[in-house]
Amino acid sequence: MTGLPRRLLQAVVVLWAAFTVSFVILYLLPGDAVLAKLGASEGGLTASAADLTRERAAYGLDDPLLVQYGKRLLAALHGDFGRSITTGENATSLVLNALPSTLAIAGLGLLFAVLFGGSVAVLSTYTRSRWLSQALSTLPPLGNSLPTFWVGLMLIQVFSFQLGLVPALGSSGFASLVLPAVTLALPTGAVIGQVLAKSLRTQLSEPYVEIVLAKGASRARVHFGHALRNAALPALTLVGVVTGTLLAGSVVTESVFSRDGIGRVTATAVGSQDIPVVQAVIVLAALFFVTINLVVDLLYPVLDPRVRTVARV
Amino acid sequence: MFGPALRPLRAVGLIALLGLAACGTPTAADPGAAGPPRPGGTLRLGISSNPDCLDPQQIGTNAGLNVGRQLVDSLTDQDPTSGAITPWLAEKWDVSPDSTGFTFHLRQGATFADGTPVDAAAVKASFDGIKALGAKAQLGSGYLAAYKGSTVVDPSTVRIDFTAPSAQFLQASSTMSLGVLAPAAYAKSPEQRCQGDGLVGSGPFVFESFKSNQQIVLTKRKGYAWGSPLWRHQGAAYLDRVEFRIVPEPGVRTGSLGSGQLDAITDVQPVDEPQFAGNGFTEPVRANPGIVFNLQANVTRGVLTDAKVRQAVQKGVNRQEVTDTVLTKNYKPATSILGSATPLYTDLSASLAYDPDGAKKLLEDQDWTPGQDGIRVKNGQRLTAKVAFSAVFNQNQSVLELVQQQLRKIGFDLQIELHTTAETQALTLAGNYDFLWYNTTRSDPDILRQLFSTKSGNRSKLTPGDPLDAALDKQAATVDPVVRKPAVADAQRIILDQAYSIPVFELTQVWGLGPKAHDVDFEGSSRMRLFDAWVSG
Repeated sequence: MTGLPRRLLQAVVVLWAAFTVSFVILYLLPGDAVLAKLGASEGGLTASAADLTRERAAYGLDDPLLVQYGKRLLAALHGDFGRSITTGENATSLVLNALPSTLAIAGLGLLFAVLFGGSVAVLSTYTRSRWLSQALSTLPPLGNSLPTFWVGLMLIQVFSFQLGLVPALGSSGFASLVLPAVTLALPTGAVIGQVLAKSLRTQLSEPYVEIVLAKGASRARVHFGHALRNAALPALTLVGVVTGTLLAGSVVTESVFSRDGIGRVTATAVGSQDIPVVQAVIVLAALFFVTINLVVDLLYPVLDPRVRTVARV
Repeated sequence: MFGPALRPLRAVGLIALLGLAACGTPTAADPGAAGPPRPGGTLRLGISSNPDCLDPQQIGTNAGLNVGRQLVDSLTDQDPTSGAITPWLAEKWDVSPDSTGFTFHLRQGATFADGTPVDAAAVKASFDGIKALGAKAQLGSGYLAAYKGSTVVDPSTVRIDFTAPSAQFLQASSTMSLGVLAPAAYAKSPEQRCQGDGLVGSGPFVFESFKSNQQIVLTKRKGYAWGSPLWRHQGAAYLDRVEFRIVPEPGVRTGSLGSGQLDAITDVQPVDEPQFAGNGFTEPVRANPGIVFNLQANVTRGVLTDAKVRQAVQKGVNRQEVTDTVLTKNYKPATSILGSATPLYTDLSASLAYDPDGAKKLLEDQDWTPGQDGIRVKNGQRLTAKVAFSAVFNQNQSVLELVQQQLRKIGFDLQIELHTTAETQALTLAGNYDFLWYNTTRSDPDILRQLFSTKSGNRSKLTPGDPLDAALDKQAATVDPVVRKPAVADAQRIILDQAYSIPVFELTQVWGLGPKAHDVDFEGSSRMRLFDAWVSG
């Protein structure tokens, strides 16, 4: 099997593995979702053992491990991950309801990240000022090393509490998207900037650059017309990885900005061992990841004639 | 799972925030110039966690109970000052001599938000409904453990019967957990009610919307006229609308209050408390009634089988230092196993005095001698015990670390073990702990019976027939405070003298109110009552 069918099969295996590993890990943890839910009240459980058994049975938690796994897998194939043990809502719809809010900040965040990372990389390699180039090169490592949590709080402190430009809380309107998106964009943009700058430098020292220059092309044409196009390939590969970073970042960002979304749902569900919800989130995230990487792979031949040739052979 | 990982970052953020907060202190207003209460307006209230459920009959967390309280009325009310049980939906009640039968005479005219009357049949439906919830009624299942059934005597009289003496039920009838829902509510599933669907009560506010992790909106119940006589005013609530905004990050909560994006917040962290002192902001504070934060000993485990060792630990804890250094002046050192706001509490502070020399002497008399690392040993056994806890209260870890240092000074090695909530419950059920660290909110001393009696929770794993049982049974059998008080005092004394538990400090609710918010009150269990709350223009 080669090409697309092979990639699709791999994708299915990844999804199945994500489903299975999440089930096993959550199952192995001490305690269960019913205990987490009923014990959340101050001072813990007051229910009798019989009540607990009945509650567990209602969620199928009393079945043997393999039976539970089999039932869940079968239902999941039909898009049904079961009911959240914590809230009783349908896990699939709970996750899908939280999705748009996360997509909004992640999408805007990715846009900011590409703009920020791209301009830092291009400027730091294009400028003739050694000082400016070095100053710009320090930005990506800095952006990557600042904790997301701290960045979010600082942005809120300055732009919301001090200057009053944007609301600190909630998901109302475009204004509430900006700070969370910037927070998410910082580490992501930093990685993009770092990789793009490095591969731009490599490209600019390739022999073809001298030939193009000798043929009379301007510096700008060499930079944007030739080097950037070639340097963009490794950065594009990153977009796949970055999707994961954005989803992981949403866990912290959504808490700091008091937003609903996949991150908040994940944090709560993992904390309360709510297996149906965690599995719905993980399979959705895996699906996302797999799809984006597939798209990126398919884009290579479009952007790079060399890959196209190899693929044909 | 994510909580512990975030903690170091949180500390960094807090330090930075404190620095910036100094230049952004909100402008002052004179709290005395608020004038008479003004009807109308919206209260924007920041709460710290998403209530997984809004049905007060099911939920057991503060976040959920604070919302649920506004939606339902209870048969009785509890005076937060005296602890006395007072009329609300019931004008008066009779209790059978053995405290197994309670007859409530309901007031006339109260109706649910769907227009149906609050009558004896509705009360019966509601109590039967809570019992049917089983374990889902996180607090109610305990209150109604011995519930036998309800009888409609006439449309305005209902009798509630128990299979065992249940003096605690009178106080329980004042809680939102036993608040009355309309019969129509039980046509919906418990899960639907959790999300607000069919959550119809007779309270001063009605449910409007719930967006998970975002906000809960309640609106005023028009024509409400059956409030508890204890409240500041009668008639309908002042506020037109209440928005509970869910803001998990403490720094963001305080900042939003400071910058006027919220009118009030709950769960002000000890480190943030100074921000809202004397600058137009007010800080309502009330200690929780019930069992204080304590190390409950499992007397069947290791060195804790020895009463002398437990008593040494009791003397080795410096409770004042805990509240002075890790907490704030708003938190009180424990003076009994019960919090000082609990009805029938007895001040036993003399038994809980810090006495390291006494502790050392007790241990030396038992031939526990200091080993190389300062921890005492006897016959090759180290003087050590583990404490299991979860991070339900943010400062738990810091408090326990300090207690650990204090006990090290008397040669006792306390090992701290953080667990998830579910894990802690599993350990509790299995009795698999040396010390268990927890607190419980309950405005009735019967909570001691629930958690200490060998016929009930028995968290200390005492042998049946322990003298404590007799005192606990005695207080459960009568609602008469004259008989109950000495029994409850005996129980508290036995627990401290035997050091079945090492009480440390009283959990305290600290709220922050902005210059516009007024009269946000505590009810008897230190939960929120918004009926009298109002906002100035």
